[in-house]
Amino acid sequence: MNATEARTLPPVGEIAVAAIAVIVVGGIWMASHLPKHFSLVVPVIILAVAVALVLTNVVLLTRIRRFAWQKFFLVGKWALLAYVVISGMLVYVFARDHTPGGPMAVLVGMLVTWAVDIPMLFGFTVARFQDPDQTT
Amino acid sequence: MVDVAEVAPGPPPGMAGGPPPIPEFQIVPLRGLIAVAIVIVALIVAVAGNWLWALDFFHVVGGGMWTGIDLFVGFIVGPIIGRMSIPARIEFSTRFMPKMLLLMPTLVTMTLAAGWQLARHLGNLNAGFGRHGWLVASYIVVGVMAVIALGILEPANLAVLFELKKPRPDPELIGRLMKRFIYTAGITGAMQVATLVIMTRIAT
Repeated sequence: MNATEARTLPPVGEIAVAAIAVIVVGGIWMASHLPKHFSLVVPVIILAVAVALVLTNVVLLTRIRRFAWQKFFLVGKWALLAYVVISGMLVYVFARDHTPGGPMAVLVGMLVTWAVDIPMLFGFTVARFQDPDQTT
Repeated sequence: MVDVAEVAPGPPPGMAGGPPPIPEFQIVPLRGLIAVAIVIVALIVAVAGNWLWALDFFHVVGGGMWTGIDLFVGFIVGPIIGRMSIPARIEFSTRFMPKMLLLMPTLVTMTLAAGWQLARHLGNLNAGFGRHGWLVASYIVVGVMAVIALGILEPANLAVLFELKKPRPDPELIGRLMKRFIYTAGITGAMQVATLVIMTRIAT
């Protein structure tokens, strides 16, 4: 087994995948109800769960002592750029369709959470197999 | 993309215990970013202009390529990679995976954004649309594929590429991550069959 992987790391990957799944469920729920008006209770609860999962991951990451942070941020920043473009494209489509303010705010919230969660997952997955002491 | 074959330092290839040769490669092919930018700008123009033909073009071309590539990789390329030797897998991965890293997210974005606009124009998003249930089924299939692709396949792809950039990559780790890539590609390939059924039902 890879020496880096052998170290015990918190379940950041699993939680990030759970957050993706929760956001996908929220997205499907909203997409299946648009363009008509609908209650935002369910999507807001889903968004809150997703945000809680992402924040949990942030806390878990801050508790890791030895980790290949340089690789984590290298992958994370470029993935963040890519997912900001993708999420921005989807926000643009919803804005172009004059999606009402309430659903639009929840959709933007979901896409922002998504755009933060995925780079964190990519960065963590790459960095966990890297040497924590490597600086280049 | 750099395609020059350079052998990594270490014992000669094929020598027992020596690391397999790693061709020089870029994790993100920078030249490919130009093509991605062109597609994204063209998609924005199509959405902004509400051009039905262009939206149809992006949705059909993007969806066809996405479905075709998923089926081909899942059922043809994946099993072939699975039977390759570790050095052959490594050489294939260094040439194949960086391209997939740019191609698939671009195809998915163009298919979904154009598809959503198209459905809105055609009135398919309304609950009153006769085949609205099929449309919701397509959201669910895409959603499951998104979780698999973003949660398992893409991170494994990236981890393999970074492992291959190490002076002494771990062949066992690469083998395990490639297996994950192959299995998830097979699952998304199978789910694309459902996409084909749903899309032909909506269009009929």
